[in-house]
Amino acid sequence: MKITEASAPAIRLVGVEKKLGGQPVLKGLHLEIPRGKLTTVIGQSGGGKSVLLKHIIGLLKPDRGQVLVDGTDIAQLGAHDLNELRKKFAMLFQGAALFDSLSVFENVAFPLREKTKLSEPEIERKVLEMLEQVGLTGMGHKFPAELSGGMRKRAGLARALVMGPEIMLFDEPTTGLDPLLARTIHDLIVETQRRFGFTAVMVSHEIPEVFGISDYVAMLLDGVIVEMAPSDEFQRTRHPAVREFINVGGKPEVVPSGAVQGAR
Amino acid sequence: MVATAVARCGRGSLSLLSEMGRMMVFLISTFSWMVRPPFRLLQVLKQVHFIGVKSLFVIVLTGSFTGMVLGLQGYYSLRKFGAEGLLGSAVALSMIRELGPVLSALMVTGRAGSAMTAEIGIMRITEQIDALDTMAVSPMQYLIAPKVLASVLIMPLLGSIFDVIGIYGGYLVGVELLGVSSGSYTSSMESSVEWKDVYGGILKSLSFGLIVAWVCTYKGYHTTMSAEGLGKATTEAVVLSSVLILIWDYFLTSVLM
Repeated sequence: MKITEASAPAIRLVGVEKKLGGQPVLKGLHLEIPRGKLTTVIGQSGGGKSVLLKHIIGLLKPDRGQVLVDGTDIAQLGAHDLNELRKKFAMLFQGAALFDSLSVFENVAFPLREKTKLSEPEIERKVLEMLEQVGLTGMGHKFPAELSGGMRKRAGLARALVMGPEIMLFDEPTTGLDPLLARTIHDLIVETQRRFGFTAVMVSHEIPEVFGISDYVAMLLDGVIVEMAPSDEFQRTRHPAVREFINVGGKPEVVPSGAVQGAR
Repeated sequence: MVATAVARCGRGSLSLLSEMGRMMVFLISTFSWMVRPPFRLLQVLKQVHFIGVKSLFVIVLTGSFTGMVLGLQGYYSLRKFGAEGLLGSAVALSMIRELGPVLSALMVTGRAGSAMTAEIGIMRITEQIDALDTMAVSPMQYLIAPKVLASVLIMPLLGSIFDVIGIYGGYLVGVELLGVSSGSYTSSMESSVEWKDVYGGILKSLSFGLIVAWVCTYKGYHTTMSAEGLGKATTEAVVLSSVLILIWDYFLTSVLM
């Protein structure tokens, strides 16, 4: 049975357990991702945040528990149904994961050529439009190796968005970028999320920046979600471990939600 | 003491067995994706170019020297029995039956196989393979199947080119340099080489093509997430496929003989 009302969470993880190389990474994790909102999962490096994302898109299967996307348990799907379901998804990888052998244009055109029957002029129009939206006008002919880290992220974002996904996953989108560039990428994510209205799940440890851009924030600690709340509320949490984690940056003052967009 | 030795031995055998099982599953999955649409003709052609055309130079080079050295060795061995006239036959049979398929496969392993492992391994480490998966494009179909198919198709051609060049190299040394008569070189070759030898050689090349692509893509696909892991995978791929080529060659020869 499918639940697709607007109020139902887009993604639910129920009691997800996963061991990798004999080490338990996720230990009975529960998480609900609200539809049409930007939810950020924070947590320590190597704490299983990327593993969590990979469960949501079915790259990893839980040892125990369920991953429900619109009510469908994706761990139970066969290869074909999983591929069908994945058409709803797009993911921006940590290193953008652009195909080295293809130019930026071909990278962005790749999902269209593979998964749609659009004509070549239509594909070209869509790709150029997408490149313009992420600020890469005129860069289509370059290869990933010729791009800077920030440009690669933009190209990855364009490739992810070109299919008009319902759910976008961001795996540490600003890691390895300078603060200014990180901010433009954050702005780009928020801007596109507002424009396209997709459900977004971001994994990050950019504190306090994530509070300004996220609708909801969740904290992953020791393989479980210990706290999840709307961004403003999350910053006032009384959970000691969460307090400690978000105060390490030395900025205990509350960043109001929407501050980053407001500044633009 | 004895118990731990037995346990270690058992663990080793178990992990070897499960690795073999994984490799077999990988191969079967490759075949099943190969026969499913969409067919990726362009990808196959690109791989034919990469594995075949770009290996041509090294195949020609090694083929000619292999033939030339066979010409030299064969001439001095046969002369002891006064049978220099059979040089053509000796060179042609050893090239077509053995050296052509085996050496060309080993050269392709070193040149294209290692590159295959490295390419796929880097795609694994930089999450490009995961990206294909998330776009609902099967990496087995998009990446692996074209390489395996191209390698199987192209290896008999490379082996044949190796044979021809080698036979001509033997001719150069035997006839032009050491004075065997040109007529006896070609006629002894004609009378001793049978169709069976040729297709046996081609069969060998076909199976070597499969071994190289299978082992090298498997090792790349299962690279562990580090630069060290990638280096290890490339070494293992080259060593394992070379060893498998030689072992498989022995079995195939004993069956074909």
